[in-house]
Amino acid sequence: MSIVALPTGGPAVLARGLTKRFGKFTAVDAIDLEVPRGEIFGFLGANGAGKTTAIRMLCGLLKPSAGEACVAGYRVGPESERLKRHIGYMSQRFSLYDDLTVRENVAFFGGVYGLSPRRVDERAAALLPRLDLARDQGRLAGSLPLGYKQRLALGCAMLHKPRVLFLDEPTGGVDPLARRRFWDLIYEQSAAGVTVFVTTHYMDEAEYCGRVSIMAQGRIVALDTPAGLKRGTSRRSMQDVFLAVVGS
Amino acid sequence: MKRVLAIARKELAHILRDRRSLAVALLMPLAMVLLYGAAIDMELRLLHVGLLDEDCSEASRELVRALTSSGFAVVSERLENRAAVEPGLRQGRFLAALIIPTGFARQLERGERAPLQILVDGSDAATAAIASHYLDAVVALENARQGAASAAGPVPRPRVWFNPQLRSPDFVVPGLVALILMMVCALLTSIAITRERENGTLEQILTTPVTPIQMVLGKVLPYVALGALDAAIILLTGKLAFGVPMAGSWWVLAAYCLLFIMIALGVGLLISARASSLRVAMIAAILATMLPSMILSGFVFPLASMPVPLRLLCQLMPATHFLVIIRSILLKGQSWFPLQTLALALMGFVLITAAVRSFRLDLE
Ligand SMILES: Nc1ncnc2c1ncn2[C@@H]1O[C@H](COP(=O)(O)OP(=O)(O)OP(=O)(O)O)[C@@H](O)[C@H]1O
Ligand SMILES: [Mg+2]
Repeated sequence: MSIVALPTGGPAVLARGLTKRFGKFTAVDAIDLEVPRGEIFGFLGANGAGKTTAIRMLCGLLKPSAGEACVAGYRVGPESERLKRHIGYMSQRFSLYDDLTVRENVAFFGGVYGLSPRRVDERAAALLPRLDLARDQGRLAGSLPLGYKQRLALGCAMLHKPRVLFLDEPTGGVDPLARRRFWDLIYEQSAAGVTVFVTTHYMDEAEYCGRVSIMAQGRIVALDTPAGLKRGTSRRSMQDVFLAVVGS
Repeated sequence: MKRVLAIARKELAHILRDRRSLAVALLMPLAMVLLYGAAIDMELRLLHVGLLDEDCSEASRELVRALTSSGFAVVSERLENRAAVEPGLRQGRFLAALIIPTGFARQLERGERAPLQILVDGSDAATAAIASHYLDAVVALENARQGAASAAGPVPRPRVWFNPQLRSPDFVVPGLVALILMMVCALLTSIAITRERENGTLEQILTTPVTPIQMVLGKVLPYVALGALDAAIILLTGKLAFGVPMAGSWWVLAAYCLLFIMIALGVGLLISARASSLRVAMIAAILATMLPSMILSGFVFPLASMPVPLRLLCQLMPATHFLVIIRSILLKGQSWFPLQTLALALMGFVLITAAVRSFRLDLE
């Protein structure tokens, strides 16, 4: 099976038979995905279902054991270098530098994405107020409340204006208000044409997604719009859908 | 280049923010030079000698005067007979015993080589080696002088040429340069990279379009600067506090320090590529840098006193060759070392190639 990469007009994320094995254990088992541009795609599944592993493959962090994928028009693997210019990634753990200030973190990620200091300044000036971080520029990232850290991580991941954003549990562990604000930012990005690929364990957040896939034991066991999933399983809430699909 | 600079700037910010580690990195070499330099200086100045003068002649008294007038040795005990020598050495009342046998003056007068016996407590090999060299040198010089006065006799040459006063800081300071450069560059870089792996920040960087070479360059650049700063601190302190000479060219010295720093960085990178955790990286770095550059380099134990297999092992240590070079530059003013340069360049090439290749840009 071969994928023809279409730099324009093609899907933002395309996976065919994508598989990852760690030794004998199969963490991701031949998943197929097709996410159109600008969609907010929810990636659900129990702990250990293989979500993070799948995202790592799509970002070129892990080599697939089998199958192929194509992100932002570039093939994962052979075109990883170019692919990395057009994606943003926010890992499940907060992984910015605690001992650097907000400003220094932004400057660093701008720099590694090849932006000139002037360009970084411009973008930071536009971005930080929207993230509600403008007043905290000189603060050490490690001293920020978790909700702010998450917004900072999002900011660092989209400084270079990526076409696809991979957000791995971006709102884990914060209060509903902070989550709401984070999702406002996600909507903003989606409206601007950015594809957002997001994992979450919160079922209310699943409702905000254009389409949702549910993973279990490395496979995608359900994939549809939230309304479609509820109809298909005749459940009233995403919570019930999740329990029905994963539990069976 | 923009990316390399961004990484280097960030790394520098880490270093500057962590005031305690920075203080350690800058003050440790200073403290080490002062402590080691002063300690060994003192130890040698006060080399305690047990004296057994069986000859009791003008010549023997002359020899003892020459020995003690240098200020490095004191006769801490006059021994009655040979039976008193061993207990004194054993109990550590003196570090060396000098026996001037009966007939010393007579033999000198006849222009023969006068037999002397020097016994040294070998339990502290380094000091023993220095002490015995020192006594040898004084005795040989004295022999030569008295022999010349009586216009006869073969003149034994002193064995120690390029450190004629056996000034130990002259030996310690070059050794410390090697040690500190290895430690700062290898230990700190391996910690810096392993920490990123542990904190998950490496994963974040790996999703950006940074190449391994850019990453490695940006990461090590600040540590090159820190290493160079440390080397300068040690050399200047040695010069100002202990009068360690600088016979050669600073440029040549700087060039070789840079070469040695590259090697140390290669070691650090290799360790960080293999280490599973920060703790493992630190232990590995200390084992791989401190021990060889102290013990297997001729710094603490002279190569000449080692068994052959160990001596061969020493030849594989970069610090061994670097020590030869830096001592020769400082003490002799030499500036061309084809053999050692070749050895170091080879080691550097192998280490850095291996390090860059093992620095993969995925998580596996
Ligand atoms: N490097 C690895 N080596 C071996 N097994 C791994 C590795 N990474 C992940 N796994 C295993 O693969 C499985 C899937 O892990 P993954 O992190 O992708 O799950 P997840 O869906 O993201 O879970 P969570 O919701 O807890 O984040 C788990 O059983 C995990 O233990
Ligand atoms: Mg996960």
